[in-house]
Amino acid sequence: MSESRNSERRPDPPGEVGDAPVNTTEAPVLEAPVTPPNTPTDKKVVRIGDRIFRSLATGSGVFVVTIIAAIGLFLLIRAIPALQANEANFLLSGKWETGDPDDLAFGIVDLAWITVASSIFALVLAMPVAGGIALFLTQYAPRVLARPFGYIVDLLAAVPSVIYGLWGALVLAPVIKPVAVWLNTNLGWIPVFGDGNVPADSGSNVFTAGIVLAVMILPIITGVAREVFARTPNAQIEGALALGATKWEVVRTTVWPFGRSGFVGGSMLGLGRALGETVALTVILSYTYEGPHYSIFDAGATFASRIALGSAEFNNNLTVGAYIAAGLVLFISTFAVNALARWIESSSGKGKE
Amino acid sequence: MRTDTADIERPAKTPAFQQLSPGRKAKNHIATTLFALAFVVAVIPLLWVLFTLVRRGLSPMLNADWWTHSFYGLLPNDFGGGIYHALVGTLEQTFVCALISVPLGVSVGIFLIEYGRNSRLARTTTFMVDILSGLPSIVAGLFIYALWITTFGLDRSGFAVSLSLVLLMLPVVVRVTETMLMIVPDELREASYALGVPKWKTIVKVVLPTSLSGILTGIILGLARVMGETAPLLILVGYSRAINFNLFDGPMASLPLTVYTARKTSTEAGEYRMWGAALTLVLLIMLINLIATLLSKLFAVKTK
Repeated sequence: MSESRNSERRPDPPGEVGDAPVNTTEAPVLEAPVTPPNTPTDKKVVRIGDRIFRSLATGSGVFVVTIIAAIGLFLLIRAIPALQANEANFLLSGKWETGDPDDLAFGIVDLAWITVASSIFALVLAMPVAGGIALFLTQYAPRVLARPFGYIVDLLAAVPSVIYGLWGALVLAPVIKPVAVWLNTNLGWIPVFGDGNVPADSGSNVFTAGIVLAVMILPIITGVAREVFARTPNAQIEGALALGATKWEVVRTTVWPFGRSGFVGGSMLGLGRALGETVALTVILSYTYEGPHYSIFDAGATFASRIALGSAEFNNNLTVGAYIAAGLVLFISTFAVNALARWIESSSGKGKE
Repeated sequence: MRTDTADIERPAKTPAFQQLSPGRKAKNHIATTLFALAFVVAVIPLLWVLFTLVRRGLSPMLNADWWTHSFYGLLPNDFGGGIYHALVGTLEQTFVCALISVPLGVSVGIFLIEYGRNSRLARTTTFMVDILSGLPSIVAGLFIYALWITTFGLDRSGFAVSLSLVLLMLPVVVRVTETMLMIVPDELREASYALGVPKWKTIVKVVLPTSLSGILTGIILGLARVMGETAPLLILVGYSRAINFNLFDGPMASLPLTVYTARKTSTEAGEYRMWGAALTLVLLIMLINLIATLLSKLFAVKTK
């Protein structure tokens, strides 16, 4: 609303367009200016202050764009020497031997599996819950309570990730152990629930990590979904009600179709966050040298947690380069996911209002 | 005649929507319950985390030394010591981060709303700010490492941490400035221009003061978020159990780093310190959140 108002009608400040010299005070009223004030013949006033301020503001805008470019560029420059020295296939190997700079062998395939598995598992858990919360807060909860309830969900985002990590590893993991064991023994014939490279009852696996990640991305998805669901045109809701729809039918026929793509966009944002989450996973996942068994009871490292774990051996440029190469892959994938999320989000709601 | 009137007054058939079919009613109830349940499901982990923190972290905190001492010289089995060194580090690093990111972020916001509206550069900038807000914190840390330590050849330090936090804080500041400037009514700007005030003075003296409290609230919330970041700290600064006031030299503790490091001391005393530091960090963040909420309540932006 405010956007359209602002973009259309914006007054021109006096310094920018040029002030017409107004000398009407001495002239009789009847002979008031014959020429309209803003004729092109008027001299354009340019103020130094304006010029400085404009270039400062524009410069900082350019700076932000440069930062992103610099991130990609620097990571690439630092990664290339390590990639050239790499003795394993970067994309297809599961090795991570970076301690000796003369004998580097590293690949991302295992990191990619743990990263993707934990993020997707988190998304599967978080999406329905977040959608439910957003519908509850926008359509069901009484007006007075909707605000404080929303604040409570936002508080989930205020807890630092290292604390989620501690909670997940020390408190949650023992509690959900029976669930993990039950899934493994009874549904083990489904590949993702099969035996992992650590016992299912160890707790420090993708299963625990995914649940903690789901809690962490919940406020992000809920926030976006609340915003789009609340924008459902009232006329549609009232129309559905007038046709005798129940509350659920209103949600199903108006609110959900209207907000669906925004909800998906928000989920992608959550996915981006989950892919890059570091410390919680570093704390929860135990590191094993055995390759993954492609089950959610695997342990190992994600891109981000591998980098965090490796911080102790950051002592020469080639070793660091190997980690930076992993960071570059993470950067590119979060960039892609986030860009996709924004694209979905911005194309939602348009043309429907 | 008589029967005709009766026919007119009598409805042709019973109204269609007098009652819902049991199936629709049941579906409606199930949906309502499920949505409310989703909210409860979200509250459980929050309460659980907070409860764990208070139960395990409260006792170290009640010790008077907690706020005035460091962990310096403590053996793995020694109880006692305090969080002062980490508190100093966290506050200094966040303060310097704010010092850099606030002016930069506010001027990006001013550019987006007051100058570059709908220009190509503004659209690119908005997109880049979006990307920046999704930047994983470990990547921000790696970038600063590649720039500050590998390229410039400088040492790991608290200042490098501040720089990486700037990357994470910047999008928050830009976003909130943008939103707050957007709701400043155009009438205020017009009135100022009509008095012959130049544009930059209008921004500094009229537009910014009007939106100040909102921007301030957003900045404080951003600070609270940045304070809990751990990932960049792991690669950009060493942990120190002693008090270090110097951002530019030597290892420096901070609250998240203390929590992370104390976890490796697998003794009872180590756990005691870990939960103490964790509760301190969350309390600090909650306190800052509270301040922000109060600020926004006290000085709500006056729109028409």
